[in-house]
Amino acid sequence: MADLRLKGVGKSYGAVEVLKDIDLDIGTGELVVFVGPSGCGKSTLLRMIAGLEKITAGTLDIDGVAMNDVPPAQRGIAMVFQSYALYPHMSVRDNMAFSLKIARKTRAEIDAAVEKAARMLQLEPYLDRLPKALSGGQRQRVAIGRAIVRDPKVYLFDEPLSNLDAALRVATRIEIAQLKEAMPQSTMIYVTHDQVEAMTLADRIVVLADKRIAQAGPPLELYQRPMTEFVAQFIGSPAMNLLAGEIAEAGEVTRLRLPEGGGTIAADIPTRPDDVGRKVNVGIRPEDMVATDGDDYAYEGRVEIVEALGEVTQLYFERSRPEHDPVIAKLPGVHTGLRGEAVRMTADPARVHLFAEGRSLLWR
Amino acid sequence: MTPLLQGLVTIVLGVGGCIAYFYGANLLLDKVLFPARGPKIGRNITRANMVRPWLFLFPALFVLGLYLAYPVVGSFWRSLYGRDGDSFIGLGNYQALFADETFRTAVVNNLLWVLVVPAAATFFGLIAAQLTDRLSWGNIAKSIIFMPMAISFVGASLIWKFVYANDADIGLINAIRTGLGADEAVDVMQVPFWNNFFLMVILIWIQTGFAMVILSAALRGIPEETVEAAIIDGANPFQIFFRIKVPQIMGTIVVVWTTITFLVLKVFDIVYTMTGGNFGTQILPSYMMSYMFRDDGRATAVAFVIMLIVLPVMVWNILQARKELR
Repeated sequence: MADLRLKGVGKSYGAVEVLKDIDLDIGTGELVVFVGPSGCGKSTLLRMIAGLEKITAGTLDIDGVAMNDVPPAQRGIAMVFQSYALYPHMSVRDNMAFSLKIARKTRAEIDAAVEKAARMLQLEPYLDRLPKALSGGQRQRVAIGRAIVRDPKVYLFDEPLSNLDAALRVATRIEIAQLKEAMPQSTMIYVTHDQVEAMTLADRIVVLADKRIAQAGPPLELYQRPMTEFVAQFIGSPAMNLLAGEIAEAGEVTRLRLPEGGGTIAADIPTRPDDVGRKVNVGIRPEDMVATDGDDYAYEGRVEIVEALGEVTQLYFERSRPEHDPVIAKLPGVHTGLRGEAVRMTADPARVHLFAEGRSLLWR
Repeated sequence: MTPLLQGLVTIVLGVGGCIAYFYGANLLLDKVLFPARGPKIGRNITRANMVRPWLFLFPALFVLGLYLAYPVVGSFWRSLYGRDGDSFIGLGNYQALFADETFRTAVVNNLLWVLVVPAAATFFGLIAAQLTDRLSWGNIAKSIIFMPMAISFVGASLIWKFVYANDADIGLINAIRTGLGADEAVDVMQVPFWNNFFLMVILIWIQTGFAMVILSAALRGIPEETVEAAIIDGANPFQIFFRIKVPQIMGTIVVVWTTITFLVLKVFDIVYTMTGGNFGTQILPSYMMSYMFRDDGRATAVAFVIMLIVLPVMVWNILQARKELR
């Protein structure tokens, strides 16, 4: 039930600037995920929204009210911490009830809110246990329950799944998705470094890099139409291949020469006549690479490593210069006997990305 | 033999004796008592391994028994004898104790000390630890509060003798009284009943530093997120302190409290130096001292009473400390 607006928000610790010029509108009921490399300030931004860190530049509005100097408890937010941050000396019930007790709610109100949250999260059998008697997943549910009982306008999740083991992470991720479904009016902001979480949960992903927002948009848009090389390589695994190339023919469809592999390839990206001869990076996702015998190819090289995962086979190609990241192709199904072979790879022109000076030619 | 040579010989004999004991006893066990050969080889190895820990523990157990367990029994035995040490008088010493007015005063005073000093020292230590936690000059403040720990009880008592001096030109208390318009200086140490508390202040002053250092470390160990979660839950600083932080370090608080309690039950120097137990300030240890060398039977009886009082606190302390370790 809340619109959240960040305008020119920045954060600096003394002379060190960690975030600047963050502009972002988050609508009611939206689930926005902040992703980015370690140290990009995504958790800091979340903590600024929570009120645990001071906002040193710009404004934060929630429902049109400036929140910069409002104490955390009155911002209408609730936060779920990475380490759960349960009060170790209190039972599950008391953990969830604490904020309501502080707010001097009546006994009946508190009990009703706690029971309701416990039912939603299947925590009823554990209400009288101490946190130390719970498993990691149960603790995380209690942390979420503690947020739910406050009935906040905005939920803030700070890497809530990163302390769980792989299987539990998937299960809890689905639970969070169901929770969102059950509370369509709640706005949620979720910080993670796990792009699967980001892709599956988000209505919109915000990629933070180099103190700023690199790109904000629906998950598939970030995957299909990344604005920058950074976003292109950050979203998707293994990361997008980048090959040095040159624009050979401009037009509705651009033709490219790739000196390293010795081939040429087409891209469904319009270019202008004056672009001819421009140095670009040609981006192709590993999963878009296709083996070919034709003359239209992006890369030809010897296969150095073959990873057979059953569902897919990943090929790592030798590169002419060892300091470059290996070119990777992800082929569906099982392929054997490719090790040491010279293979030509190409891609559908619609799946080829072009970057000049780090920015996509699609978005200029 | 020069003392230096004596020392060397002692060290060589001591260390050599230890090595000889462990090596020889082990050898005896393995080769002679339960040799690992012959028809009963399996049984012999098992038995040797059952005996071995006791073999190695024996010296420590023996020394502990000699210097800790035996004295307890010995003291109790001695306390059943009269002044000359030859006449058995049964529980006569204890009867005399409980009939003695001064002993009852000492028990009541000791009870007051045990109630007030650990509570006050822990409380002030906790407050000091919390208040100095985030301060830029917090470490300087902590050092100053900790300093009295480095002073002996007698030294501290001498300092406080000045504070309590019966002279407005020397004593702080009387200077303040005079400043507020009092005509004559009073001897603070002779104010009935309250003089006990003035003595306790000295020990509180010394022990606050100890409590502060331990509790400060415990406070630092509290996960920061629980405090942040409480901030978001709307708790004010007092609620965070008393409902989030203090409960999380309760185990440490109890250990600090009980540790100071032992100290209080043993302290005698302060009373001995300040009042000598006069003016109704007697406590058990100084009461015991007053009988020492005059009537050892009576003195050991007091010692035994003190031990009985300390025992339950000590058991509780050990249990708590173990819980903390886990």
